[in-house]
Amino acid sequence: MMDYFYASGIRGACRSALGALVVALTCSGALAEENPRDPYEAFNRPMFAVNEVIDKYAAKPVAQAYDNVVPLPVKASVGNFFGNAGDLWVGVNSALQGKFGDAGIDLGRLLINSTVGIFGMFDVASELGLERHDEDFGQTLAVWGVDGGGYLFWPIIGPRNVRDTVGFAVGTYADPVMYVRPVSVRNSMAALRFVDVRASLLPSDKVVEEAALDKYAYIRDAYLQRRRNQIFDGRPPRLDD
Amino acid sequence: MKKLFALFFAGFVVSAAYAQEAPDALVQRVTDDVLEIIRKDKDIQNGDTHKVIELVDKKVLPHFNFSHMTALALGKEWRKASPQQQQQLTAEFKTLLVRTYANALTGYKNQKVVYKPIKMAPADTDVLVRTEVLQPGSKPVQLDYSLEKLESGWKVYDVVVAGISLVTNYRDQFAQEVRNGGIDGLIASVAAKNKSLEANSKK
Repeated sequence: MMDYFYASGIRGACRSALGALVVALTCSGALAEENPRDPYEAFNRPMFAVNEVIDKYAAKPVAQAYDNVVPLPVKASVGNFFGNAGDLWVGVNSALQGKFGDAGIDLGRLLINSTVGIFGMFDVASELGLERHDEDFGQTLAVWGVDGGGYLFWPIIGPRNVRDTVGFAVGTYADPVMYVRPVSVRNSMAALRFVDVRASLLPSDKVVEEAALDKYAYIRDAYLQRRRNQIFDGRPPRLDD
Repeated sequence: MKKLFALFFAGFVVSAAYAQEAPDALVQRVTDDVLEIIRKDKDIQNGDTHKVIELVDKKVLPHFNFSHMTALALGKEWRKASPQQQQQLTAEFKTLLVRTYANALTGYKNQKVVYKPIKMAPADTDVLVRTEVLQPGSKPVQLDYSLEKLESGWKVYDVVVAGISLVTNYRDQFAQEVRNGGIDGLIASVAAKNKSLEANSKK
């Protein structure tokens, strides 16, 4: 992992300015072999390293404990609950992208799962054939023609390009969990959701760890491919080989 | 007449031997087969990598076209590589991909695979078979296979999980290695990676 940090003087200078995005961006311009898909690499690599440490010593152990201790039906209910809480925003984004049929389904899902599905703990709507959609504001911006901007890696939040970072920030305002009071309950819910999401990624940890020649690049390129796929709703046009 | 009959018969035998299973049927048969074995095998469920690799070697490998996969991962540089380099890189990349695929198989439990209807014309030689992995409590994961028709039957040349091609996801990493040490440098890197994984799994 540390071999990311062998480097020229310029890179070293960038790194000592760790955290100062502006400096990093300026420095990255001076790098000789810049990857056009990753103009802010000089900022991202240290952020990625920070995140690896946070993940190794905090997020992952907690997620593993959660995964081991909590029985599957409970985990499924937790996942369904937060999925349901997010379905309203999914529906809004479907509508913002002009997919009104999808938006209707999203709303139907919310109504059915919040009632028959007991506060969203059971995904009855999927059983009824109302398929879950995968939308967010970052995708909406993409559909509206907003450029991706450069790729960024944020600690805890993870990989997002500039467009998705904006999408994420806007999304937090539309997140029902953020409006739960008292604040202590809101924080517990946000933490539980984070752990649930991290736990769902546990199976892919070993895959990425063993598959990647360079884990940073593997995750970056996987993110870029995955987002492209989401923007095109699972049917991206073929790229030339 | 006898000759004609013999010819006809021979032709019949050959075409029966090469009778090509439709690509979607092939994917479904192999997937169901492999998942069935995994479901029954406690060692695999407990993360016995060697056993899964064995399983993948036996059941899945014959249906993959690894030289096409390697060419895809390498991009333009592939044509600049010598046949020997192509062969070496394919061998090393195959080992790495098999392990990746095996890891992906052991990681998931309680999953159900749904096969989507295929869109293809009889003359098609390159198709996409779409499946979906359902897991309780999470969004379904898209799992697609690109297949091409060769004389030996339909062969998979790309596996795409949630829109992420397990093959082209290497393109930048491979390009980086080629910039640093040429094709031979890349071969050495992938070989070293395989060696360290093998050493780790023996511990």
